[in-house]
Formats: sequence, structure tokens, C-alpha cells
Amino acid sequence: MSVATMSQNAGVCFNLSDDHKMVRDMVRKLATEEIAPRAAEYDRSREFPWDNIKKMAELGLMGVMVPEQFGGAAMDTLAYVLIIEEISKACAATGVITAVQNSLGSYPILAFGTDEQKKKWLPLLASGQKIAAYALTEPGSGSDAAGMKTTCVLDGDHWVINGQKNWITNSTAAELFVVYALKDPATKHKSTSCFLIEKGTPGFTIGKHEETMGVRASGTCPLTFDNVRIPKENLLGEENKGFNIAMATLDCGRIGIAAQAVGIAQAALENAIKYSKERAQFGKAISEFQLVQEMLVNMATQIEAARLMVWQAACKRDAGEKFGKEASMAKWFASEVAVKAALDSIQVHGGYGYSKEYPVERLLRDAKITQIYEGTSEVQKLVIARHLLSEG
Amino acid sequence: MNIIACVRQTPDTETVIKINGAANGIELDGVKLVLGPYDEYALEAAAQIKEKSGGEVTAVTVGGEKAAETLRHCLAVGADKAVHINDSGADDALAIATALANQIKKLPHDLVFVSNKGTDSDRGAVGPMLGELLGLPYVGLVTEIEVEGGSATVSRDVEGGAKEKFKVTLPAVICAQKGVRGEPRYASLPAIMKAKKKPIETVSPEGDLASLRKVQVEKLEYPPARPPGRMVPGESAADKAKELVRLLRSEAKVI
Amino acid sequence: MSKVILVFGQVRNSEPTRPTLECLSLAAGLGGDVHCILLGTGAKAAAAAAGHQGASQVWANEDASFDKWDLAAVANTVDAAVKSTGAALVLVPATTHGKELAGKLAARHSAALASEVIGVSADGDGFKAVRPVYSGKVRATVKLSGSPVFATVRPNVLDVAAADSSKTATVNDLAAGQGDSRIQLVSVETKGDTGAVDLSEARVVVAGGRGLKGPENFHLIDGLATAFNGAVGASRMVVDAGWKEHRYQVGQTGKVVTPELYVAVGISGAIQHLVGMQNSGCIVAINNNPEAPIFKVADYGVVADLFEFVPKLAEELKA
Ligand SMILES: Cc1cc2nc3c(=O)[nH]c(=O)nc-3n(C[C@H](O)[C@H](O)[C@H](O)COP(=O)(O)OP(=O)(O)OC[C@H]3O[C@@H](n4cnc5c(N)ncnc54)[C@H](O)[C@@H]3O)c2cc1C
Ligand SMILES: Cc1cc2nc3c(=O)[nH]c(=O)nc-3n(C[C@H](O)[C@H](O)[C@H](O)COP(=O)(O)OP(=O)(O)OC[C@H]3O[C@@H](n4cnc5c(N)ncnc54)[C@H](O)[C@@H]3O)c2cc1C
Ligand SMILES: Cc1cc2nc3c(=O)[nH]c(=O)nc-3n(C[C@H](O)[C@H](O)[C@H](O)COP(=O)(O)OP(=O)(O)OC[C@H]3O[C@@H](n4cnc5c(N)ncnc54)[C@H](O)[C@@H]3O)c2cc1C
Repeated sequence: MSVATMSQNAGVCFNLSDDHKMVRDMVRKLATEEIAPRAAEYDRSREFPWDNIKKMAELGLMGVMVPEQFGGAAMDTLAYVLIIEEISKACAATGVITAVQNSLGSYPILAFGTDEQKKKWLPLLASGQKIAAYALTEPGSGSDAAGMKTTCVLDGDHWVINGQKNWITNSTAAELFVVYALKDPATKHKSTSCFLIEKGTPGFTIGKHEETMGVRASGTCPLTFDNVRIPKENLLGEENKGFNIAMATLDCGRIGIAAQAVGIAQAALENAIKYSKERAQFGKAISEFQLVQEMLVNMATQIEAARLMVWQAACKRDAGEKFGKEASMAKWFASEVAVKAALDSIQVHGGYGYSKEYPVERLLRDAKITQIYEGTSEVQKLVIARHLLSEG
Repeated sequence: MNIIACVRQTPDTETVIKINGAANGIELDGVKLVLGPYDEYALEAAAQIKEKSGGEVTAVTVGGEKAAETLRHCLAVGADKAVHINDSGADDALAIATALANQIKKLPHDLVFVSNKGTDSDRGAVGPMLGELLGLPYVGLVTEIEVEGGSATVSRDVEGGAKEKFKVTLPAVICAQKGVRGEPRYASLPAIMKAKKKPIETVSPEGDLASLRKVQVEKLEYPPARPPGRMVPGESAADKAKELVRLLRSEAKVI
Repeated sequence: MSKVILVFGQVRNSEPTRPTLECLSLAAGLGGDVHCILLGTGAKAAAAAAGHQGASQVWANEDASFDKWDLAAVANTVDAAVKSTGAALVLVPATTHGKELAGKLAARHSAALASEVIGVSADGDGFKAVRPVYSGKVRATVKLSGSPVFATVRPNVLDVAAADSSKTATVNDLAAGQGDSRIQLVSVETKGDTGAVDLSEARVVVAGGRGLKGPENFHLIDGLATAFNGAVGASRMVVDAGWKEHRYQVGQTGKVVTPELYVAVGISGAIQHLVGMQNSGCIVAINNNPEAPIFKVADYGVVADLFEFVPKLAEELKA
């Protein structure tokens, strides 16, 4: 796709190419017409939004960056973040499901998988026929992912996995799980490997659907592995190199979560603008009060900054440059913006914003998770600091 | 089956329309131009008929440089190729119909779709003009179409709650109404990628279009503001009911 | 000005249709010599009414084949009259049939066509027309050059002048033109009542509020909606109380509707309700409290007890 990336232009260019615009317009229309109207209901029922996912899969949105030969749309990261922003603006749960499928599910297989693994799994994931999940976090290890306890032991032609994961998005729907385990907790990341585990493998159980504050329809569950035997071929990438896979995957994934945050923030802003023009107090629309305008201005300006940071990280990745620092900066900043925007949007709505009948309280609940998953805000800062101190 | 879909770029319906300083046009700055929403229905019908009977859909538009964007979109939602008749003259039904007719005569065509109207000029005149200029039968505002062999069976609703059904020998010009073949499809990502490889031919209009532009816009203005509301007078409920019905009928003209 | 203005009239039940009368009134107001074409069964009977409306000549053909629409035949018939009368302006009701006729003839004459006009005025030798554009957000005044010029006239906008029964038209026979065998009208079905009208797409919405007192009284709203051939809506109070399902709710957390006519019955007009309907074309409010905020957005307010007024209104509409 011809991309007007910042790196390919002599100067800095903020214009999207016609193709990117076409992608964004299509997804915006889909999101507004089909996804947004059902977002509140999914938030309430916590059902996996299959009708959204099926419709999106038909349009190629489950394999945005997967090459054509594997049934994907072969688009770039910039297209991907535009898509995640628009979907998340309508329904953040559907947004994270899409992000996990594209970047946490497909990406490690594409980047580290064998030809057989790619041929087997990528077409199924890109077409949405199978949903993927990504299992790194455990009860005792979140930010400190290398502190995991789930173990893997090679026994003849099989790996035997034991342990527990939790908070795994997409679990209620997924049939493929990208799971990290290590040989010896003492050697930490040095003995960590990555495995492809299918639902239904004996000893592998998916626990209860967690009742979360936001992104409630995204099927988050704990997983347990009790002597789960998987064939040797299900090792993804090299033995003991699993931690690198996890980190590379998260670098890319974070751009997606940053885009999700921008989408939620944009929804908060648009709702606030609309409501402020409709609501009258003291004989005028509240949008005429400068204190209300200030909230709108803060939201809009910060969102713009966040979006440009997301685009920058995406464009760097597309240009083959290092983008880890930019991805973490974008994720940290955008998630903070999202929470603040959602809070301000509720404020602009007054008592009505506090009601479940208006969408903005959901935006706050959804925004909050963007500061936590795929690395908390604090962890993003650690990553940024590491880059800063090693660069200079 | 060679199908032509005539399409047009129009302002997005949500756009706020501002009249320009000279009051002879609208401010185009910041106006989002899209494929006419009614054109999307026509294109969807064309694509579905092609998918069933085989053949090709060619999207044709008359417009300035920017109109090519619209054609790109058409290529992602069912058109196989596109012709851009590059003309930035005033938007005039007869000039547009003439430019289209002269181009379509050069293309193989069994079925020519036009759409009900744009979001701008609301005129629905290009279709019947095109039928006349091409010497082809024309049916407007079609809500159902089936193509079989060398003919099409089409239905449409007319005033007074009647539904007319016609059998038309092809080639013919058909104006598609909203929803003629369901909701228009979304451009899928693979379709957007494929659209980039499909050809858009740019040609100059044939014929003396300037002399055909016989409708000149003299001025644009906003419609008068709504008059302030008022209470319906009357002694009894019956009097008020009578007066209200009279007002709705002869003043507001809504019933 | 003694130019000929030719009106293409449509006949129903031996009468000119209302849009035809509107065209005739418009033509008469322009001061030209008004001619009117009337085709099909009852054409000659309808000629009298056309005369009362200012036509000096009626060109008629009573052939029943005109009762079934054949664009080519009508166009050829009308074209002959355009030529023989030397019409300077041809007015056609902007109906489905009228619009395709006008487009076809304008192309045949390479003539100016203004569509869906809401006014025409004489301008020196020619004519000017006013037409809504950009979905009604703007009005354009256009100048039509050449002769003849064509205009389709948007129905239900212009007034019909009072009929003057002292005026009569001479009725002339108009030869039927050739049809086009490539297009055959297979059938015309009159559709029955299509049932309940969808709230978001309805031309008319009649909404009820808590003023109705209970679900047992909601039939008043249903009845009024039927009389208007419109859809039923409700305030949230009504929905919360379980009198109506949520899909009927109009307002911020219900549906946003923009019908041509919105009738609010026993609804106070809370901002959350207003947001859902204030962009309607014409708003009627019926409430027994003259201070109810709904009256601030109403074009027509009726202060009355709804239990008394609504049945009267329904009756009046059916009359
Ligand atoms: C809805 C949801 C979906 C999720 N989906 C997935 C998924 O699909 N796959 C997956 O693997 N995981 C998933 N997670 C897990 C998520 O990634 C973790 O919750 C996250 O990484 C934080 O880990 P933790 O919850 O264990 O918090 P902890 O790591 O215990 O952190 C608690 C607090 O301490 C802070 N902290 C920790 N270490 C430091 C430090 N060194 N310096 C400063 N502060 C620190 C953190 O920032 C945080 O504020 C999901 C979580 C949720 C809630
Ligand atoms: C859970 C809950 C419990 C409640 N309990 C009670 C109760 O027991 N009794 C009761 O009477 N009420 C109660 N309320 C109502 C509450 O007091 C109001 O919601 C509050 O006063 C704000 O009014 P509002 O919601 O109409 O917002 P609005 O007044 O419409 O305000 C909307 C936004 O505009 C801003 N704004 C308004 N005017 C100006 C101005 N001039 N300049 C700058 N900014 C302005 C506001 O600060 C706010 O950000 C309750 C509300 C909730 C949500
Ligand atoms: C979060 C939230 C969201 C909301 N969303 C919506 C929404 O989407 N839509 C909505 O409608 N409301 C909504 N509301 C509710 C809104 O604030 C009002 O409470 C509601 O619109 C009032 O409904 P009503 O007009 O039917 O009732 P009332 O306000 O009780 O009005 C009844 C009216 O009937 C009149 N009346 C009584 N008897 C008669 C009679 N015999 N003849 C004539 N008139 C009579 C009275 O004078 C009065 O004006 C929302 C509120 C909240 C808190």
C-alpha cells in the first residue's frame, strides 16, 4: 500500500494516502452503522460479539497485516491503527478482540512461525474462522512477565505444559492460544519458550469468564494447564527464545492499544461536544460557557497529540525502523488521554454522564484498561527510560 | 452482461453547507465529498447482477480532478473498471447526460444504471435525459430488478400507493432507487487492495457542453427561518381541531 | 406576456390531480396563455376544472391506453403539443412519471430543465425558477435560457388559487404519439396498507407521554397515528412505565426522528425528549398546561385536554 509515511517523505507529512482514507472511511461507516448501536448491549450481556467479528472478518479486518498468500489483506501498520481506532471508538471490547487477533495472535506466527505453522494458522486467523488468544500473564506475574511459573518439559516428541495463566482476552471464543512457559523458573526468560496450544487439548481448561469493569465482552478468562501434552511441532520460534517473541509481539501490540485509547477518547470528545450543544442551563447551551469549552479544548488537543504519536510509531514500524520507544510513548500517553477525556466527558454531561443510559460512563470503564494491559503505564515508563538511557 | 454505472461525487449528507461569498456556490473548503449515497445502491445492483450473470461493471463519472477518488471507491465495491470524464464545468443535468451519453455510446452496454439523485442538486433528471440521448428505454426509481436473457423485469412505486412492473428489452437505462438490491456492500480490505490495480481511464468530454448549460445559478440563499410557533385558537376542542387541520393542510402543508 | 405556458396535467377519477392544479395556478400567475394537456380516461371531464384554474386551451386524448404509463407514447404525444403550441415554458408535476417525462423531452429539445421547483417567475424574455438544493439546506434561483424551457414542480408546496367557474377552456383533441415496444407495463398493483410505519422513517410521528395517564388510553395515540398515516412514538416516562416498548422511545436515549410532522400528545418537553425530535419539519404540541416547555419548540400549540381533543382531531382528519 502506498503510504505517505513520515519517513518516506522529505519532510513530515500528516496526510493519509487515498487508500488509507478509504480504509478509514469504510471502517468508520461499519463501526457507526453496525458496531456502535450494539456496544451498550454487549457491555451489559458480556457475550462475545460474534456478529461484529463475523462482519469484520468478511471485510478482511481480522488479517490486516497478514500477507495475501496467507489470506490476509497485506496492509501496513498505519492502516491497522486507523482500523483499531475506529472500531474502538464504537466498541472498545470489539476493538481489543480485533487487536489481539491481529497483533498478538497472528503477528508472532507470521514473524517466528515455520512455514507449516503459517500455512496452517494464518489463513484461519485472517479469515476469522478461528480466534486467537495470547497467554503471558499469570496470577503471580504481570508486569514482571519473566517471573512466570508455567513450565514446559520436553518428553519424547511432546512438550508437557503445567501451570496457570490469567486475564487472557478472547478466551471464551479462542481456539488457538499462544502460550509462554519456561523450563526452570530460576533461569527466568533465558528458558522461556512459546507454544501454540489448541482448545480441547487434554488437561487444558478455560476458566470462568471474569467479570471486569470495562471491555466486558472481550472474553477474559483464566487458563489452567495440567500435564498438557502438545506435539513438538507446536513450539513457536526457537526454544528458549520465547521471551524475545513475547516482547517483540507486545511492541507491536502496544501501538494497537494506543490506537484503541485514541478511539475511546475520540468517542468521549464527540459525545461531549454533541451534548454540550444540546444541554441548556442558565438560559444558554452549556457549550457557551468557557469552563465547559476548556474541557472540550483539552480533550481535543490531547487526542490530536496522542493520535499523531500513534501514527508516528506505526509509520516507523512500516519503514522498518526501531519503534519500541515510540510505541511505549504512544501507549502511555494515549491511555492517559483516554481516561482523562472519558472523565471530562462525564463531567460535561453532569448527572446524565453518571447514568448508565448515556454511553460516557462505559467509555470511562473501557478507557481505564488501556492503562493496564499490554504493560501498565508504569511499565511503559520503564521501557521509555531504558531506551533513553541506553540511547544517549 | 456489460453494465455501466453512472456515479457522482456529492457532499456527505452530514456536511454543513455554507453559501460562498458571491452567493453562487457553496464553500467547498472542508466539505467532505463522497460517492453519492444513492449511487451506492445503483452500484450494488450492478455488482450483484454481474456476479450472477457474468460480465463487467464500468463506473463512469463526469467531474473535475477530485472525482477520480469516487471512482477508486467504486472499484472497491464492485466495479471492474472506471472512466473519468474530466470536466469541471458547472453541474448541469443536460451537460452531464450528454457527456455520459457520448462516452457510453463507445462502450459496450447492456444495462446502464443511474441513481435517483445526488445530495446536492436533488434533480433526478440525468437518467431520463440519458435514456433519450442514447435512444434507449428508461425506467425511473426502480425498487426491484431481475435480469433474464435479453430483458429486465423491474418494479417501482408511484404516487398513490401503486406499484408498476415493467418488462424492458435490453439495453436499457435504469434509475435505481434506494435499496433496490439491499444495502450497499462495504469495501473490504482485499477489495481496496485490488482496486488499486484496476484501470481508471481519464477522457475529455465530447460535445459542446458549454452551450448545453442552459440553467445558470443566479444566487443561492438559505431557506427562510421557521416562523415562530403559535397557539391554535378556538373556543372548544372541536374548533381547535378544525383550525389545526386547516393550518396543517394549507399553511404547513404537511398533510 | 402572451407566451404559451403548457402544463402537463395528470388525471385521477376524472379530475386533475392536486399537483396539476398547483402547476396551473403557477402558470396562470405568470400571466401567459395557459394550455393544459390531459390524457387518459376522464381527460375531457377534467378539462372543466383545468379551465376554472386558468387554462384557455386543453389538449386532451381520452384513449384508455394512457391510463397505463408508457413514457415513450406520452413523450411523443406531449412533444407534438409542445411544438404545435410553440410553448415557451412547459410545467410538469414533479411526480415519478412527470420527472421522467420532463427529462426526456428536455433532452430531446436540448432545452433547459429546472427540477423540483418551488417557484417560477418571468424574467424578461425568459424565466427564472427557485429550487431547493443540498437536501433543502439551500435555495437556488436559476435562470433558464432558450425556448422552450422545462420545469418540474414539487408537489404540495405551491398554493392552488380559488377556482373561477366563470372561466372555461376550449377542449382540443390531441393525437396519440407512438409508444416504444421495448418497454411493456406488465402490471400495476395497488398496494394494501403496508401496516405499521417504521418510526425512524415515518413522514408523520404521533408520540404520547405521561399525560395519557395509563396504557389503557394509548389507543388514542394509535388511532391518531392511523388518521395521520404515521408512526407511533413515546416519551421515556411511558416506556419506563411499561406502556410501550423501548423501540418506541423518542429522545436522547431513544430514537432521534426528523419526520415532516411530529405531534406530541401529553408530553412535557424535557430536554432529553426534545433532542430526539426538535429537527422535525413541523411540530404540534397538545398539552393542558400552557406553560409546558414543549410549546417552546412547537409550530402549533394546542392547549386542551387530550382526552377531549384527540378524538376530535382524529375525526376531523378523516372528514
Ligand atoms: C481485561 C484484561 C485483559 C487482559 N488480557 C491479557 C491477555 O490477553 N494476555 C495476557 O497475557 N495478559 C492480559 N492481561 C493482563 C495484563 O497484561 C496485566 O494485568 C498487566 O500486565 C499488569 O499485571 P498485573 O495485573 O499482574 O499487575 P502488577 O504487575 O501486579 O502491577 C500492579 C501495579 O504495580 C505497578 N508496578 C509493577 N511493577 C512495577 C515496577 N517495576 N515499577 C513501578 N510500578 C510497578 C504496576 O504498574 C501496577 O500499577 C489482561 C488484563 C485485563 C485486566
Ligand atoms: C447519582 C446522583 C444522585 C443525585 N442526587 C440528587 C439529589 O438527591 N437531589 C437533587 O436535587 N439532585 C440530585 N442529583 C442531581 C445533581 O445535583 C445534578 O446532576 C447536578 O447538580 C448537575 O446538574 P446536571 O446534571 O443537570 O448538569 P448540568 O447543570 O447540565 O451541567 C452540565 C455541565 O455543564 C457545566 N455547567 C453548567 N453551568 C455552567 C456554567 N454556568 N459555567 C460553567 N459550567 C457550567 C456543569 O459544571 C457540568 O459540567 C443527583 C445526581 C446523580 C447523578
Ligand atoms: C438518563 C436519562 C435519559 C433520558 N432519556 C429520555 C429520552 O430518550 N426520551 C424521553 O422522552 N425522556 C428521556 N428522559 C426523561 C425526561 O427527562 C423526562 O422525564 C420525560 O421525557 C418526561 O416524559 P413525559 O413528558 O411523558 O412526562 P411528564 O414530564 O410527566 O409530562 C406529562 C405531560 O402531560 C401533560 N398532561 C397531563 N394530563 C394531560 C391531559 N389530560 N391533557 C393534555 N396534557 C396532559 C402534563 O401537563 C405534562 O406536560 C431521560 C431522563 C434521564 C435521567
